[in-house]
Amino acid sequence: MSNPQTLFDKVWGAHVIHARPDGTDLLWVDRHFVHEGSHHAFRKLAARNMVLAEPGLTFGVTDHYAPTRGAPASDDIAGMIQTLKANAQTHGLEHFALGDPRQGIVHVIGPEQGLTLPGLVIVCGDSHTSTHGAFGSVAFGIGATDVAHVLATQTIWQRRPRAMRITVEGTLSPGVTAKDIALAWIAELGADGARGHAIEYAGSAIRALSMEGRLTLCNMSIEGGGRFGMIAPDEVTLDYVKGRPYAPGDWDRATAAWLALQSDADAAFAREVTLTATDIAPTLTWGTSPDQAVPITGHVPQDATRDVLDYMGLRIGDPLNGTPVDQVFIGSCTNARIEDLRAAAAVLRGRKARVPGLVSPGSSAIKRQAEEEGLDAVFVQAGLDWVASGCSMCVGMNGDLVAPGKRCASTTNRNFKGRQGPGARTHLMSPAMVAAAAVTGTLTDVRPLLEGRER
Amino acid sequence: MSAFPRLTASPARLPLDNVDTDQLIPARFMSRARSEGYGAVLLHDLRKKDPAARLPDGASILIAGRNFGCGSSREAAVYALFDFGIRVVLAPSFGDIFASNAVNNGVLPAVIPADRLARLEGEITVDLERVEITHSGGKIGFEIDPVWRTKLLNGWDDIDLTAQHAQAIASFKAAHHARAPWTRPMILG
Ligand code: SF4
Repeated sequence: MSNPQTLFDKVWGAHVIHARPDGTDLLWVDRHFVHEGSHHAFRKLAARNMVLAEPGLTFGVTDHYAPTRGAPASDDIAGMIQTLKANAQTHGLEHFALGDPRQGIVHVIGPEQGLTLPGLVIVCGDSHTSTHGAFGSVAFGIGATDVAHVLATQTIWQRRPRAMRITVEGTLSPGVTAKDIALAWIAELGADGARGHAIEYAGSAIRALSMEGRLTLCNMSIEGGGRFGMIAPDEVTLDYVKGRPYAPGDWDRATAAWLALQSDADAAFAREVTLTATDIAPTLTWGTSPDQAVPITGHVPQDATRDVLDYMGLRIGDPLNGTPVDQVFIGSCTNARIEDLRAAAAVLRGRKARVPGLVSPGSSAIKRQAEEEGLDAVFVQAGLDWVASGCSMCVGMNGDLVAPGKRCASTTNRNFKGRQGPGARTHLMSPAMVAAAAVTGTLTDVRPLLEGRER
Repeated sequence: MSAFPRLTASPARLPLDNVDTDQLIPARFMSRARSEGYGAVLLHDLRKKDPAARLPDGASILIAGRNFGCGSSREAAVYALFDFGIRVVLAPSFGDIFASNAVNNGVLPAVIPADRLARLEGEITVDLERVEITHSGGKIGFEIDPVWRTKLLNGWDDIDLTAQHAQAIASFKAAHHARAPWTRPMILG
């Protein structure tokens, strides 16, 4: 009998080219996504006169600087988009560029195109690469030096992280989503709670999540310090992959291999955490770190520090419920998939937003699908702006910014100071909760607004 | 990358926890080329509001708070520190991706518990070879992944190291694609 292995061990182990005695492994990379921010890495490659090792395994995505309304907002932004295009052409790699019907946010279109599959090693110069782990792949964010290394060699040196399992048992209550699970565990364990660990999410509540929900949960792993988040493949995974443009031709062989990717019953985890699904309420952040989150019925905690309170314009003991917001944002690789847009539209249908807001679908394909379903009309009739796909107001690189001092209810993943623009006050929450904030003009509990409505 | 030197200096302090990469370098500065220099935009927005984030010019050692460099994978956060002159960051813990990026750029992320950091006063000497810090009150150790230590001490570059494994990579690729053909995107045929 071989040693019991975790899901992570199995995928990692299948990619080790060389194990150095010092504990660092050289791993083969199956998929490498590059975006506009990868310009440093391409420059490093050029400086060494090197060519791209595996153009067929490298995919370019225009997302971080993508304009959501017409032309790029500045020459600088246009330049970033153009540089990626030029690099993609020079190195002969497939590029989901502006205007391509497949364009969208990297962590949305990888799965959507069937490029993200179970059992792969996937890297990208972006910390939310953990998203792709939702399929049972080892997916992680890397910096520019490592991006250059992958471009040059299609491999990466990594020390194996420790294994951690977050188990969520039970059934989520109505109005509670994968985003709430993520914010709940991060609030409990801290923004560095999973540092040094690869997380596997397990339990009946995880199994019950759609692929969209699983992507949201794995996406947020890095906000709890976990560079890796994974969920074992099952029928939900297979159903999602089937028929995607890049889904494998040898389907039966592939799926047999994928379904074997489960943690062995007696596999050891360095850390185990268990949550009960029914304990999780719609959750949102009040501060400037993702772990500063409470249920919507909660208050700004006693131990909140002066600088965070000043930045957020809140006082200790303030109830979150009823706090006025200035605007809303529905978008990002965390929560802008079709299911997220449907959840937001279910709250907004037939209602008016009291504050302005932006809805940016996670990909151009999702935008088209939402328009076929008439969701765009729901948003527009509510008074929100329906715009093109990109990272948009998640990071503001394309010029979509929250103004200084303005409070934004947002479906994104980071409430860091200045993340959505200098001085911007961000509250992270689920799409349904953001829709509820739009309707009432305040941070509010979505649950009463869902009564009598179809999800 | 050049080999890591033994360094003596008075550390600057940034006594805040969870200083994320968006603080270290706001997103709007990330389109610049490295040759333009990133030092001037280090902590650009934070230091305007928070006097604690104004680092003295010439600082080369930084004492920081818990979970330093959490957040994004943007290596520009390390460029900003490096171009400002920082070669060592001492903190109770680091964001995983940041720490790895730091080492790739010749910046030492040394882990030291907060109570010990509080006791460091005046000029200190950071000796990576011996994994110890000398200060007025004596010597203390720190934690660094031994692999990273070797890499920093030798100024190793991963691409050069990997070149020695070209043969192993080629055979792995062939075996991997034979064993799991589905790992290649269909477009390759
Ligand atoms: S949507 Fe936000 S978090 Fe996601 S890749 Fe873009 S900038 Fe990063």
